Amino acid sequence: MSRNPGRPLSPHLTVWKWGPAMLVSILHRATGTALAIGGGIAFVWWLVAAASGAEAYDNFLAIATSWFGYLVAVGLTWSFFQHLFSGLRHFVLDTGAGYELKANRIGSILTVVGSIVVTFAIWATVFVKMMGAH
Amino acid sequence: MGTGTGIGRVRGLGSAKHGSIHWWRQRVTAAGNLLLVPWFIVSLFRLPSFDYATVAGWMASPLVAVPLVLLTISVFYHLRLGLQVVLEDYVHEEGSKVFCILLLNFYAIGSAALAIFSILKIAFGGVPA
Repeated sequence: MSRNPGRPLSPHLTVWKWGPAMLVSILHRATGTALAIGGGIAFVWWLVAAASGAEAYDNFLAIATSWFGYLVAVGLTWSFFQHLFSGLRHFVLDTGAGYELKANRIGSILTVVGSIVVTFAIWATVFVKMMGAH
Repeated sequence: MGTGTGIGRVRGLGSAKHGSIHWWRQRVTAAGNLLLVPWFIVSLFRLPSFDYATVAGWMASPLVAVPLVLLTISVFYHLRLGLQVVLEDYVHEEGSKVFCILLLNFYAIGSAALAIFSILKIAFGGVPA
């Protein structure tokens, strides 16, 4: 049976094609969940450690500045900016704009490009500073 | 949402008694996060170091402690609303769903309370000499 490739595939359990809008929708949930749990726990841990005194804070800082701490921090940075840009896209969609196929596709792709560029810029700056300090 | 008058639905008098308030608060807290979290990231970036004295001294300033408390409220309210929707979508069994949402409420409110208490403890402790 031949299929007209110009027509969309209906979402089915196993028959679907990845598209930018679908990817960004899934990423919005995944990054939101990661921020809510990972970011939430890290934020509270940091504050409770700071309120518990210098020793507790130094313990936190030692873990936060380990390779694992940096890995989590880079992941949370990307998650935050992906969720932020995708959230801004939702504000636009809430007004009823941006549903045309091409505009919607470009908007979706921009959120992913934006989050990667900003994350890279931030952590490149941090690591360059660190190299300079040592 | 098919029953009741238009104004009744807007006021949240429909079958769920919530109207559009969940959706709206998700947006209000998103706008709050949009201002407060970038402020937080930029402020951390501008700190000369992350040692205890620097961070505690920074947090003791009213213009830092208050936005941090507001950030905590906005972020934990937002994540409570967001994770609630995720749980409602993926946890189908009614008992498990209620239990998960109960845990979510404990997590969000408990974490926010811990965070706010910690910020205020540092802020009211005054600027370290």
